[in-house]
Amino acid sequence: MTARAILLRGLLAGLIAGIATFAVAYTVGEPHVERAISLEEAAATAAEAPAPAEDDGHSHSHDEEGTEVSRSTQSTVGLLTGTLTVSVAIGGVVSLIAAAVAGRLGRIGLGGSTALVAAVGFVGFALVPFLKYPSTPPAVGNGETIGTRTALYFGFLLVSVVAAVAAVLVANRLAATRGAYTAVVVGLVGYVVVVVVAGLAFPTVNEVGDFPADTLWFFRRASLFTLTTMWAVIGIVLTGLLLRLQTQQAAPAATRELQPAH
Amino acid sequence: MSQSVALPAVGTPEIPSIPLRELAPWALLFGLLALLVLFFVSADQGAISIPAGNAVHEFVHDGRHLLGYPCH
Repeated sequence: MTARAILLRGLLAGLIAGIATFAVAYTVGEPHVERAISLEEAAATAAEAPAPAEDDGHSHSHDEEGTEVSRSTQSTVGLLTGTLTVSVAIGGVVSLIAAAVAGRLGRIGLGGSTALVAAVGFVGFALVPFLKYPSTPPAVGNGETIGTRTALYFGFLLVSVVAAVAAVLVANRLAATRGAYTAVVVGLVGYVVVVVVAGLAFPTVNEVGDFPADTLWFFRRASLFTLTTMWAVIGIVLTGLLLRLQTQQAAPAATRELQPAH
Repeated sequence: MSQSVALPAVGTPEIPSIPLRELAPWALLFGLLALLVLFFVSADQGAISIPAGNAVHEFVHDGRHLLGYPCH
């Protein structure tokens, strides 16, 4: 079990997850992206009379002028590039964290600790930030507030990830003295309290306007499916690969001890 | 905790752990690389632009929306 062997498996898990994520994003998500863009264009045509005098800052990728990448590229190669690179990056990071916690979380085995890292990662890095600042389809969101919204999103994401890591560390400490039940309850409740308080403290962003509620919901649901696919596949594949690695490395030692076996 | 006194294995098999010193360089290098990738897919040419322009934003546009990042 070396860092290199584990990272390679993390990258492989990320690659497989990236392909699965693309498949889900393309089939489940793209129809709603296209629908949102057509709504946006219809709104733009309706308000054609006062032609968009200045188009700075609020440069929509799908505006006719200034478009460098075609929609068909964005929804295929572009989407695949985005999902693959993010999946591989997250797969690698998850594998290195899994390597760091292996054998250090009480008596939890390699499979359990790896799956735990992926599950905590999904909740802390994807699900909880999504609940506070849900994804928005094209046409929702004011271009002038992108700076604030980006800062808020990543600020909240940072709070969530730090709280999740702290919760696991505290629970791990407590487990030795107070038992697993108390440790897990304290860790979970502590994390929830921190993100709820942060969620109340961070301002709400609502730039939905009169965008149709059903399209917004379909898009957000598709977005959540996309994120869930990525983390679930990373967790499942990486856990399987690391368990196999563990068995492979245990096997030679075992056969040496049991010489007469074929 | 780090000074493992090799507890006598009572029934439960020993779970191997990797020395953190061995992991540190991998974590540092790959962590930086991952941050770079996440930056380009999730935020570049939205709030901050390196390089200036719109090509990166547009290329990863759909992924950025569907992965839940603020896009524009």
